[in-house]
Amino acid sequence: MLTSRVIPCLDCRDGRVVKGVQFQGLRDAGDPVELAARYEAEGADELVILDVSATPQGRANQTDTIKRVRKVLSIPLTVGGGVRTSDDAKRLLDAGADKVGVNTAAVLDPALLTKLAERFGRQCIVIAIDAARTEPPETNPTRKRGATAAIVSSQPTSWHVVIRSGEDRRPLDAIEWARNSTHLGAGEILLTSWDRDGTKAGYDFDLLRAVSSAVTVPVIASGGAAGPQHLIEALQAGADAVLAASIFHDGHYTVRQVKEALAKAGFRVRDDTVTF
Amino acid sequence: MPTPLHIISTGTANTASVLAAWERLGIEAILTTNESDVREAPRIVLPGVGSFGAAMRLLEAEGLVPALRERLAAGRPTLCICLGLQLLATASDESPGAKGLGVFRATVSRLPDHIEAAHLPRQVPQRVPQLGWNQVEAPKGSRFLTDGFAYYANSYCLREVPQGWLAATTTYGVRFCAAIERAGVLACQFHPELSGRWGAALLKRWYDESPAAHANAPAKGAA
Repeated sequence: MLTSRVIPCLDCRDGRVVKGVQFQGLRDAGDPVELAARYEAEGADELVILDVSATPQGRANQTDTIKRVRKVLSIPLTVGGGVRTSDDAKRLLDAGADKVGVNTAAVLDPALLTKLAERFGRQCIVIAIDAARTEPPETNPTRKRGATAAIVSSQPTSWHVVIRSGEDRRPLDAIEWARNSTHLGAGEILLTSWDRDGTKAGYDFDLLRAVSSAVTVPVIASGGAAGPQHLIEALQAGADAVLAASIFHDGHYTVRQVKEALAKAGFRVRDDTVTF
Repeated sequence: MPTPLHIISTGTANTASVLAAWERLGIEAILTTNESDVREAPRIVLPGVGSFGAAMRLLEAEGLVPALRERLAAGRPTLCICLGLQLLATASDESPGAKGLGVFRATVSRLPDHIEAAHLPRQVPQRVPQLGWNQVEAPKGSRFLTDGFAYYANSYCLREVPQGWLAATTTYGVRFCAAIERAGVLACQFHPELSGRWGAALLKRWYDESPAAHANAPAKGAA
């Protein structure tokens, strides 16, 4: 039986791991190679590296970071950030990535997903979706009392896709995009809540429920985790894997502690205590 | 210095990860698309990512199919990874009409999109591709395989155990071959290069324990 995955995420810039709230105010969080090795030793099931540099020089450094991490890492590595073409993806795979995350470029040119899937196979293509809650409609104060609940329930929550690291909010429905992207070629969804990312308020569980019931490929929950309880709730909401960054970087929890908590909550996790 | 091994360069696979795994074990790995390497090298790795039909077209274009078939049939040390296992079959539902290496008669089939649920009267959806860690239940008498967890990334699988082969199994909606072995050939549906310490130990065992008689068998002039 397949186990639930715990995936530490390294946001990298200029060869260092950084962290920030909603992509703002980045602070140094360590060396990617050291962190990668530590998380694997603690039982991480996979690793994600997101390139948050904005310059061509930063991108070049990223390839070097991937090569250095690959040397020590014997679990799967997904790399995202700045993938515009299938040659960009090839460069990341050649540096040592196993899966490639695409975000903005796929929104601007959805056919890119099909090209990538045809060239590398869909199990290699991760669609990264940053989703922000759509502002709730103004409640009309002239409505008669008792109607509020009805108004709320007739307006189901919806999410918009955010691209270009948050500078651009598209009139594109996140659930519809999730479904379409998997039809086009994505084999997995990395679903980040724009509202919750870096807030430690918990994942957007409504978003997770909505997306995981709309698609047939695995969904990775991202954005907002503060501790094991949030990861448990994300799996209960339908996520197949849970991604977190600062809870691990800050040393609040080890990957092993989190996996023990998941196991206690009844989720199957990989037992990596092998002897040979 | 251990003998280097040769990895067939398929262009689309996660070759860098496969190379890194051998490097961590201190074993030199050389990329090749050379027919004589495939025929004569003591150990060959056939990685596979991509589709069944496309991978076969590539092997055919490089003229590697007869040499590969020959060494697989002879049980000479060959490690096939992921799609590499599926290519040993005669056909796959993924690419109707495409012919596999045909080392044994079998058709590779898609993992089920729906499965029975114990507590519900109807079937429930199952995620495809399978991405993540699943069990490997090793067969008795295996030279290479042990029980453990391995990383899988597959939408298709081999559901029947080929005659004359030992098979480790796993379950994702259906029971299928996690890996098969015969003489010096080990073919894994999972990715040993991404399966942590367990995977590294498996690679090392295959390297160390591929039968020397097969490794040194003269191949020149063979039919």
